Amino acid sequence: MKVRMWGVRGSIPAPGRHTQEFGGNTTCIEVRTDSGQLIILDAGTGIFPLAQSLLPSLPIKASLFITHTHWDHIQGLPFFTPLFIPGNHLSIHGAQDVVSGQGIEQAMETQMQYSYFPVREAELRAALNYHTVKTGAPVKVGDATVTGTILNHPVVNMGYRIDCNGKSVFFTGDHEPYSNIYEPDDDEYRDYQRVVDERQQQVDAAMKNVDVLIADCSYTREEFQTKIGWGHGSFDHSIAMADRVGAGTLICTHHEPTRSDLDLKQVFDEAVARHPRTQDKANVILAYEGLELEF
Amino acid sequence: MEQAELNTGEIENRLLNAVERMPAFPSSVQKILELSNDINCPPKELVSVIQQDPVMTMKILRVINSAYYSLPNRINSVSQSVVYLGINTIKNLALAIAAVGVLPKRSPRNFDIQRYLIHSLNTAGLSRQLCMLAEGDLEPGDAYIAGLLHDFGKVVLAQFMSSDYEKILSLTEQRGIPLDVAEREVLGVDHALVGAMLTRRWQFPYDLSDCIADHHNPDAEASLLLDCVKVANQISRYRKLGDGRNPFREGEQLATTRFGTSFDEVIKGLGDIQRISDEANLFASIGSS
Repeated sequence: MKVRMWGVRGSIPAPGRHTQEFGGNTTCIEVRTDSGQLIILDAGTGIFPLAQSLLPSLPIKASLFITHTHWDHIQGLPFFTPLFIPGNHLSIHGAQDVVSGQGIEQAMETQMQYSYFPVREAELRAALNYHTVKTGAPVKVGDATVTGTILNHPVVNMGYRIDCNGKSVFFTGDHEPYSNIYEPDDDEYRDYQRVVDERQQQVDAAMKNVDVLIADCSYTREEFQTKIGWGHGSFDHSIAMADRVGAGTLICTHHEPTRSDLDLKQVFDEAVARHPRTQDKANVILAYEGLELEF
Repeated sequence: MEQAELNTGEIENRLLNAVERMPAFPSSVQKILELSNDINCPPKELVSVIQQDPVMTMKILRVINSAYYSLPNRINSVSQSVVYLGINTIKNLALAIAAVGVLPKRSPRNFDIQRYLIHSLNTAGLSRQLCMLAEGDLEPGDAYIAGLLHDFGKVVLAQFMSSDYEKILSLTEQRGIPLDVAEREVLGVDHALVGAMLTRRWQFPYDLSDCIADHHNPDAEASLLLDCVKVANQISRYRKLGDGRNPFREGEQLATTRFGTSFDEVIKGLGDIQRISDEANLFASIGSS
């Protein structure tokens, strides 16, 4: 399998000279299975340069898996150029929205309304279909299977595990570590904690022994303390998670839009220093646009 | 029997769709709207409001247990739903339910939803208390939720089959028969079956649905959960805590002697139960003026 990062920024694109090295596009990851099947994880603005790279090899058949429908994970979708060209085929997969009760098609329909975009969904020329992902029910994509697990974010967020011929990659999308909403001296604390621990074990099991774990590392340890409930994790959380689940390599992504290249390297180095690397622990790297891993 | 089966199917189809549009209780709707205006509202306060409303609780459990999220376990508590879906999603779900409106205070005119809510909350609180006293492998939270939802079928029938329900309520008063008997006579089904039919269709945990189904059934296989709910229900009727339109009848026997041999003995064993009824009254009174 091969993984390539096309967008590594969280929240909003962050172009400019301070982010040149790591890149300013929002989340988009290209995964190629052993047989060359194209799987795209999220459709932030990074999907636009990915689309440009695909133009010489049209027509394409791609499967896009959307972790969740916050803008930074879908805003590039109307600019995925192959959608406008006949002969291409795109299937879009995502979770059912809890509140609206709609499937992932609402991400596309909403963005392509007259007020927001000049082309309507019905006018797209590529073959397009939608598929609602259910937790724990693997979706077959060529020689790979993709399995979704609901993680912890202010909207339903599916983490995806892709397995192909014994190799695997897991992408969290946006995820905050589970925490207890009660105080230790509240009556409900113990019961709630039991559910939290149970859920944590289920989520760890879904990531178990992946070769590559791509995880939300929005915050530093200190920043996280004031952002509890915002739906993101820290470098420290993700490193601990990678070690706990036995991941081979951890790719830290979803960089804060205000974090310059220099700052990013500094906070990353500090976090890694707090979790010394040994042979049995995950190799930890920072995501940048163009980062490619083959495994 | 044939008549009853026919009715069950008809009623099931009619109610399943109707419940989707069912509004919640005025007290929780008002509290949810208030709390959700504060971006820093503590999640536990939100949970506390939702889990005092049988309609909100039902609707949230219905969503989380639906096949779309096919979670590894069936979920039977609001706080569990928060762990699995996140507090913001639960908050927005509660807001969407609140936006439907509020249950009418009396529909049919002799069914008072506030007094129904007080009965449900007392039964829930007493059921939890009984569970904590009993030795057994049951979470107090499971006993609470079963108590809260045991009579859900009543509010559904009262809301969506109100003319039939008016007849049923008159029948219980004229002939002094238990409510479930009158329901079966008029509709062919009773509120216990209706409640369980909904929760089974929505894939709630089996023991919860079974408990709702059997809470008036003297021949049901005993379990700690069922015993907690049956006795809690009896105590709240015996002490007139709220009103589920099924008054305590002279000479009624305790459903089980597991917690004591007389009503007064069981109540004594429970200690201070005033707090449970005070909290229920306070909550139900919000938004009722």
